[in-house]
Amino acid sequence: MLPEIPQNLYYLLSAVLFTVGAVGVITRRNAIVIFMCIELMLNAVNLSFITSGNFLNSLDGTIFVIFIMAVAAAEAAVGLGIFVLIFRLKGTVHVDEFNLLKG
Amino acid sequence: MIGIGIGFKWFIFIVAALMATGSSLMMVTRKNPIHSALWLIVTFFSVAILYVLLNATFIAVAQVMVYAGAIMMLVLFVIMLIHLEWGAQWASSRSFARLIGGIITVMLFLQVMAGVYTYTSVGQKGIYTAAKLAELGNTRAVGTLLYGKYAFVFEVASILLLVGIVGAVLLARKRND
Repeated sequence: MLPEIPQNLYYLLSAVLFTVGAVGVITRRNAIVIFMCIELMLNAVNLSFITSGNFLNSLDGTIFVIFIMAVAAAEAAVGLGIFVLIFRLKGTVHVDEFNLLKG
Repeated sequence: MIGIGIGFKWFIFIVAALMATGSSLMMVTRKNPIHSALWLIVTFFSVAILYVLLNATFIAVAQVMVYAGAIMMLVLFVIMLIHLEWGAQWASSRSFARLIGGIITVMLFLQVMAGVYTYTSVGQKGIYTAAKLAELGNTRAVGTLLYGKYAFVFEVASILLLVGIVGAVLLARKRND
C-alpha cells in the first residue's frame, strides 16, 4: 500500500519551478521571456501556498493565491504596456539596450 | 480529491510534476519567444492539475482562465505585435555574467532544497478538511471567506486592478498632443 503523497514533494516541485524561472530571468535577454519567467516563479510560489493550505486544512492559502493572481494580471497589463512603449522608442526589447536612465 | 485511489493519485502527481518540470525547462531554453509562451501554457496546465490534486478546484479553474487564458493571450499578442528579432536572445557577449548568475541560482536552489529537506509541518490545523470542502463545495467556501473575512482586501485588490488598467492605457496611448 502506497502512502499519501508527502507535502515535501510538492515543495520540491515548487523549488524546481522557481529555480528554473530564476535561471531564465538571469540568462535570457529578451524582456518578454524574462517576464514569462517571472510568471513561472509566481506560479511556483502559488503552488507552495496551495500545498500549505491543503495540508493545514485551511483556505487562507487559496485566498492568498487569488490576490497573487490579481497582482500578476495587473503586472501583466502594465508591464506589457511598458514593453510596447520601449519598443516604439528603441525598436527592440533586448534588456541590454535599456540604458535610458544612464543620462 | 476524494474518491480516487492512492495509486492513481501518485500516477497523476508524477505525470503532472514531470510535465511541469519538462515544459518549464523547454520554455527557458527555446529561442523563439512564441515557443516559450506555448510551453509556459503547458506548465500552467500541469500546475492546474496539481491544484485539483490538492483539493483547490476553484484555483485550478482560475489558473486555466486567468493565466493560461488571459495573461498568456496578452503576452502572445504583444510578441506578435512588436515583431521580435530572433537572434541575440542569449547574452553571448557576457558569458562571465551568465556564469556568475548560474552559480547564484544553484546556490539559491541548494538553499531552498535544504529548507525543504529540514521542513516539518507546523501550525494550527484549520476547519476546512477535504471532506468538509466536498460537502460545502470549494467555490462556496472560498467565496464565503473572500466576501466575509477578506472583503476589505478584496476591495483593495479591485483598486489595484483599476490602477493597472489606467496605467496600461496611459502608457500605450499614442502621444500626439
